[in-house]
Amino acid sequence: MSSAQSNRAPAVPGNDRSLPSTAAPIKAIRLRHPWRTVFAVIIVLLAVTFILDAAQRPAYDWPSVAKYVFDRRITLAAITTLELTVLSMVIAIVLGIVLAIMRLSPNPVVKSVAWVYLWIFRGTPVYVQLVFWGLFALIYKTITVGIPFGEPLMTFDTRSVINTFGLAVIGLALNEAAYMAEIVRAGLLSVDRGQEEAATALGMSWFQTMRRVIVPQSMRIIIPPTGNEVISMLKTTSLVTAVPFSYDLYTRSRDISAETFNVIPMLLVASIWYLLFTSILMVGQYFLERRFARGVGDRRPDRKSSATRVLPIVGAHQATVIGTPATSGQNPRLGRGRNENDE
Amino acid sequence: MSDAIPMVLAEGVTKSFGSNEVLKGISLEVQRGEVMCLVGPSGSGKSTFLRCINHLEVLSAGRLSVDGELVGYREMNGKLFELHPKEAARQRRDIGMVFQRFNLFPHMTALQNVTEAPQRVKGLPKAQVERQARELLARVGLDDRADYYPAHLSGGQQQRVAIARALAMEPKLMLFDEPTSALDPELVGEVLDVMKGLAKSGMTMIVVTHEMGFAREVADSLVFMDGGVVVEAGDPAVVLSNPQHQRTQAFLSKVL
Repeated sequence: MSSAQSNRAPAVPGNDRSLPSTAAPIKAIRLRHPWRTVFAVIIVLLAVTFILDAAQRPAYDWPSVAKYVFDRRITLAAITTLELTVLSMVIAIVLGIVLAIMRLSPNPVVKSVAWVYLWIFRGTPVYVQLVFWGLFALIYKTITVGIPFGEPLMTFDTRSVINTFGLAVIGLALNEAAYMAEIVRAGLLSVDRGQEEAATALGMSWFQTMRRVIVPQSMRIIIPPTGNEVISMLKTTSLVTAVPFSYDLYTRSRDISAETFNVIPMLLVASIWYLLFTSILMVGQYFLERRFARGVGDRRPDRKSSATRVLPIVGAHQATVIGTPATSGQNPRLGRGRNENDE
Repeated sequence: MSDAIPMVLAEGVTKSFGSNEVLKGISLEVQRGEVMCLVGPSGSGKSTFLRCINHLEVLSAGRLSVDGELVGYREMNGKLFELHPKEAARQRRDIGMVFQRFNLFPHMTALQNVTEAPQRVKGLPKAQVERQARELLARVGLDDRADYYPAHLSGGQQQRVAIARALAMEPKLMLFDEPTSALDPELVGEVLDVMKGLAKSGMTMIVVTHEMGFAREVADSLVFMDGGVVVEAGDPAVVLSNPQHQRTQAFLSKVL
């Protein structure tokens, strides 16, 4: 409750919702929660026991972990995994946006094509799809460019055009695009129809309306699940061995452990790198979400900006309106930033 | 540009949603500089008619022209051709619209809301657009709120920004779709004041409203609609104080 309201309270006797700020704070014995403490102690004890045990258990072989975590083969594989993730996600997002718009299209053919795409690529395991892509060069030995039913203009040998890395990227991206399409579609549909109408009424074109009005607002809905997908993709890259592409983090560490006959430390090495990348992605997502929360009654405003934003609602010439006894207390509808008023 | 051409000319405008006929042949004229209030019970088709004027709804039958130009179609050799979306958008530029629920762009500040269309649609330079936008915000009494996001403005302030946004395109006609219906009672006045100022400046306005006081004071003509037809039209003072038609009487006895 704001201090402005507390100061007005004496003028409104019987308004028990806003206590005068001069009132003594309540003195009461706090309710004890002994079980909370008990559980907390048990959990901490278990965790410490596990960590201490793990630190000295020979099977984990921490010296080997330390030796291999910055091994050149591993760091290169980590970079390759990042490349796989970024490239396939970028393609998936672009294709996902196209598919989402296709699904919302008034053209029934366009709509069905998008639907069938989703049906196939969401309906089969990504591992199976990756194996298929690995066999692509066997199924389609040459790639021909030309007009359907006409003379071919150009013909390539498939293997010369695309390597296993490219096939892995395509496999991951096409699968992911199906999921991204649904995320983008949900985001586009979440924007109030009045927004499109307002933009149209101003004479904005469809493309301008999408780019300037609809898409920026749908980003708020799209980003959290997309962050999820990126993290998921980072880990799904470990399946590219199905293509077979073997320079990613997981496959590489498995290959090394096949030489050293010491599997567990290599798994830890790979996990450490995956965790590091995931953590970085989570930080990135936080900032992206903050960027696109502009203008929305933010759920967790940083203190400084929330203070300046509360002012205009209660401030200036409207204070007299709110302050009259008849309407004192709260008027949540007055300022549409509900969250600020509720605090 | 001749004064003889009315700003809005509707002839037998009909609109159906499926089998539901919402407008059953509306014919009316709005002259240059005229302020017309459309009143009537909800579901009478007032808002639909308003939305037909800037082609947010497509007519089922009849003709509608703004400033002598057919809305949504081009007539050639006695045949109607549907307009390309680009041409429809060009027509809408000259018609400002204010919505019941404001529909401000929530991710843009008040100033950006006002500058968006002139900058993107008309392609005017940023500095010029911003100067004009600040003047417009001052005109609706919100020059000190330029950098606030809509969520941090009151309903009345948001609607005034919405009016400034529509004015930024320098429209020749302004449509208001129940602009004060979503507002708390104490905020209605500030929006109506802006609209009164606009009417005084000579803007042609069509206002769907339940504010009979505003209609009486500002409007040049008042149209009462019910069940998709114009029941009664004329001088607001006459229609409001001495309604001829039974349905008008029944409606006014409830709202006045």
